[in-house]
Amino acid sequence: MNARTLPFLATLGVFILLYAACAIQYPSMLSSRVIGNLLTDNAFLGVLAVGMTFVILSGGIDLSVGAVMGFTTVALAVMIEGAGLHPLASFTIVLVGGAAFGCGVGVAIHWLKAPPFIVTLTAMFLARGAALLLSTDSIPVRHEFYQTLSGLSLSLPGSGRLGLIAMVMLLAFVLGGVLLHFTRAGLRVYALGGNARFAGLMGIDTARTTILVYGVSSTMAALAGIIFSLYTRSGYALTGVGVELDAIAAVVIGGTLLSGGVGGMAGSLIGVLIQGLILTWITFDGSLSSWWTKIAIGMLLFIFIGLQRLILQFSAPTGRTG
Amino acid sequence: MSGWFMEARSRLSLLALVLLANVLVAPGFLELRLVDGRLFGGIIDILNRGAPVMLLAVGMAPVIATRGIDLSVGAVMAIAGAVAAATVNAGHAWPVAVIAALGTGLACGLWNGILVTIFRMQPIVATLILMVAGRGIAQMITEGRVLTFTDDGLAGVSSASLLGLPLPVLIALAAAIVTGLLVRATALGLFVEAVGTSPRAARLAGVPAPGILIGVYVWSGLMAALAGLIAAADIRGADANNAGLWLELDAILAVVIGGTSLYGGRFSIGLSVLGALILQGMRTCILRSGLPPELNLLLMALVIALVLVVQSPACQPAIARLTARLTRKGTA
Repeated sequence: MNARTLPFLATLGVFILLYAACAIQYPSMLSSRVIGNLLTDNAFLGVLAVGMTFVILSGGIDLSVGAVMGFTTVALAVMIEGAGLHPLASFTIVLVGGAAFGCGVGVAIHWLKAPPFIVTLTAMFLARGAALLLSTDSIPVRHEFYQTLSGLSLSLPGSGRLGLIAMVMLLAFVLGGVLLHFTRAGLRVYALGGNARFAGLMGIDTARTTILVYGVSSTMAALAGIIFSLYTRSGYALTGVGVELDAIAAVVIGGTLLSGGVGGMAGSLIGVLIQGLILTWITFDGSLSSWWTKIAIGMLLFIFIGLQRLILQFSAPTGRTG
Repeated sequence: MSGWFMEARSRLSLLALVLLANVLVAPGFLELRLVDGRLFGGIIDILNRGAPVMLLAVGMAPVIATRGIDLSVGAVMAIAGAVAAATVNAGHAWPVAVIAALGTGLACGLWNGILVTIFRMQPIVATLILMVAGRGIAQMITEGRVLTFTDDGLAGVSSASLLGLPLPVLIALAAAIVTGLLVRATALGLFVEAVGTSPRAARLAGVPAPGILIGVYVWSGLMAALAGLIAAADIRGADANNAGLWLELDAILAVVIGGTSLYGGRFSIGLSVLGALILQGMRTCILRSGLPPELNLLLMALVIALVLVVQSPACQPAIARLTARLTRKGTA
């Protein structure tokens, strides 16, 4: 156990304790139906968190993911219902478009030497504005292929079901984790987040890594848009307003340092599940209002960042102090 | 000083361009009318509607100069509005409500400042906590609905006028002048910039860095509370969900358009106020032109992109060459 895995273990511990507390109060929380729904309902957030993990590990931030997701749902609805394109073709187009958009953001950040915060903010306005120009109304998607996809699910032991979108989310986490933890590209992301200047001096192509990171993030945002579109069977330009903050919170609660270089993919999944669990618990309780979710997530953020600071302070003297 | 003057000139010409666009889409734009002792007209409208973002920008500029950022200002607006509405609804006089709201903003700023200085959190994370939780707290105070009030005194924060000018404009201008004097007539501004340039060097030079840092966040919280009061008075109610929503981004943009670098070390209150007015001018122009308001976001994105390209190191040599050639031509 070292300083880098401790935050993750703490996150895991909190999740287990939280789940145990919920299960004691409401034993049905343990049913596979609740678990399946927890995964399905938060699938889009999970996919966003996969991309955001890359960005934050590289020392950046991506505020545009919610807007890209919103744009994707509208674009899908327009392509499928308006232009009569097959959903599969539309999915391919939005994924490629998302990747290209993200690469453009990466190029801008690298070339302009501008803070990611402000470049991705610009990208957010751009994507949200474009989505609103496409349509300000919510467009229903009635294609039968959507019905087929929504019907696909894996039966869990018990009465629960693991929907297609939950499976896609888990797959995104697995592939993202492999890319991040087991490839040279992943290593470069860590190096860039550890210290961009040293990474450059070590001969790491910082331009390519920056472009990769934001490319992955926007592709994941487009995938989250597809998932949301399947989930709600509609496209709406204001989908996912503010969801980038939930994704950032999930990554941070998952033990990744916002200053970059420290953290991992598994924590982000737990971060998403903790947020989903709080929401589920509040729904079960019924007497608590939804604003408690925000306060609870804020408190969790505070606790986890404080914890990370303490761990870093008391860990090896070579540890970064951010 | 000449650098500041050149920047001011470029921002003023940008503002003039925006105002010109306004005149083109609405011919009566520059007219001023005096109705019941209060001025009305396009310019007043921009000033009045831009007041909350001007206030936020005045608070945000010193924060950004310390290499920080305050994401919580929108949420603080919502909390301050909720506190003010709840206070008058509990039967207190409106001055008590105003003081309570300002105290709330002060406390929020203090919380942010303590997280940044004592807990040594990154500003973006520290203020993210209040941004996420703050709206929840505001909803808790308003119990999830729009908390309306009938107190004319509190509503007057938005509707009253003095010397013909709407009170929000006067509040924003007064805040900008007081802040400008605070940072430029004393060494405070230099301290703020020193902390932003190099916290360690500042400490070695004897600058009380923790105090300065806490101070800028407290000031930002206070400005946000003022903006929250205006927003609540405007609709005679506190809307925890929508008050100040996304205004933190507008404030950051106003400061960036004003030429303040997000990497800290340099700021200008006056230019940030100009930035806020340019943003509001663009908004008004699109609204009056009859173009879909959705274009606002795209246009804002374009303007920021332009500012980023102009400020980027990749373009600086080209711009320097261009200005050198232009000035040579001018003197020849």
